[in-house]
Amino acid sequence: MQKYSIASLARNALSQHKNWQQAWRSPPLKPEYDVLIIGAGGHGLATAYYLAHNHGIRNVAVIEKGWLGGGNVARNTVTIRSNYMRDESIPFYVKSVSLYDNLTKDLNYNLMYSKRSMIDVVQTYPRLRNIRRRMLTMDIYGSTYHQISERELRKRIPALTGGGPDSRLPIIAGMVHPDAAVCRHDAVAWGYARSADDHGVEIHQNTEVTQLLKSADGAITGVETNRGRIRAKKVAVAVSGHTTTLTDTIGLKLPLQSFNLAAFVSEPVKPVIDVVVNCPDIGVYLSQSDKGELVIGGAPDAGQSFRRDIKQNVFEDAVASMLELFPAFKRLKLLRQWGGTLDIAHDATPIVSKTAVPGLYVSAGWWGGFKAIPAGGFTLAHLIANNEPHALIEPFSLQRFDSLDFILESGTTTAR
Amino acid sequence: MLTITCPFCGPRNETEFVHGGPLRVPRPNDPQALSDTEWVAYLTITENPLGLVKEKWWHVRGCGEWVTIERDTRSHDVHTKQEPAGE
Repeated sequence: MQKYSIASLARNALSQHKNWQQAWRSPPLKPEYDVLIIGAGGHGLATAYYLAHNHGIRNVAVIEKGWLGGGNVARNTVTIRSNYMRDESIPFYVKSVSLYDNLTKDLNYNLMYSKRSMIDVVQTYPRLRNIRRRMLTMDIYGSTYHQISERELRKRIPALTGGGPDSRLPIIAGMVHPDAAVCRHDAVAWGYARSADDHGVEIHQNTEVTQLLKSADGAITGVETNRGRIRAKKVAVAVSGHTTTLTDTIGLKLPLQSFNLAAFVSEPVKPVIDVVVNCPDIGVYLSQSDKGELVIGGAPDAGQSFRRDIKQNVFEDAVASMLELFPAFKRLKLLRQWGGTLDIAHDATPIVSKTAVPGLYVSAGWWGGFKAIPAGGFTLAHLIANNEPHALIEPFSLQRFDSLDFILESGTTTAR
Repeated sequence: MLTITCPFCGPRNETEFVHGGPLRVPRPNDPQALSDTEWVAYLTITENPLGLVKEKWWHVRGCGEWVTIERDTRSHDVHTKQEPAGE
């Protein structure tokens, strides 16, 4: 792998940038692999990288129906954080944030990683109690939250001029989560893809799985695709919203439903917000990208959906909510919007697990999966390599539903 | 946006309604009679098709009627004639 550095940049500048190597190959498709990963998104590519890098399993193919990194890894609001509620969840996200902290170096790929606090604008007392309770649990596992006054909050976010004493929901306090960060979403997919490819992993785009295949004794044997049959004794499904579409093909029912979550950006403006602002009481969150655009997200569309656009009423709700707190943003023009299909499990906690079909693994229910990419890939690779879960994801197994041990996380994500 | 036909008020904009979740199968009369697998499936599994789902909507900013509709999860087309939810 060509090492990216200031020296390589200078060297290639001298040769008119004509000698950069391709970041990954496009090899011919083989009929069989040791491990097949469906979905070349953040989780799929990270899993392939850790399989090769940590476990020495290199005969791996990542197959993708569209293009690399064109799914939800390109359709999120890039917030990386670990302020969750349950004892089972917080250590996992703490691990993910810590892997992100060093990822630029580990992958030799500039993720444009920017550590910045996330600040919750708290407007109701039940919310304040809820977040303070999360603060105490997070403290056990090394994640951080602390309360600030309304006055301090307005000092940290000068654009926050709404929510005064006469408003519908006056601001009560702020809660700061200093571990939060943002980074360039494409770079995460491209960085993992490049390093995985360097370890021998094959990435096959435009390869759509139409059917999972299992043998007479019930074990997975491979997949049927638009480019023919591919055999593998271990198959991992990392396709976000379409997980059930694939598992339904072999009659495996999972406790997942798919929803549409959308976001949009404003025109670029001068630096105005240097933290991730989350307003859980009115259901909107925003940050400012390096280009100056405000990246704004709202609540999901209510019913099950496989669409990637945004409904006008969902969009208007988010904008109206934002303007309550940031009235000055009324003059901003909005440039573009995007949506993604996410699946959410019955208890709103992800599923990283073996299934009833031997050799078939699923990584699903990642409502807010961008922040979980490094730890999700790290632990899924461990599960595939050893057929036993890593300690961090033991609670995320499908077995929790059999014993009705739900890990209720609703309320800590945009899934309200 | 969806246009949902309320049996009382006729075709109305989605924003007058609140989503009431997918239509569930009736709760088993005697859960003890089910196997563990059946009980867990009843509690946790919801069909998640690329296609038609049956769901309830509450006309809360209208007449207050509950409506069940059949909607395509890919196109948002509302397919069947709407009827009162009956519960």
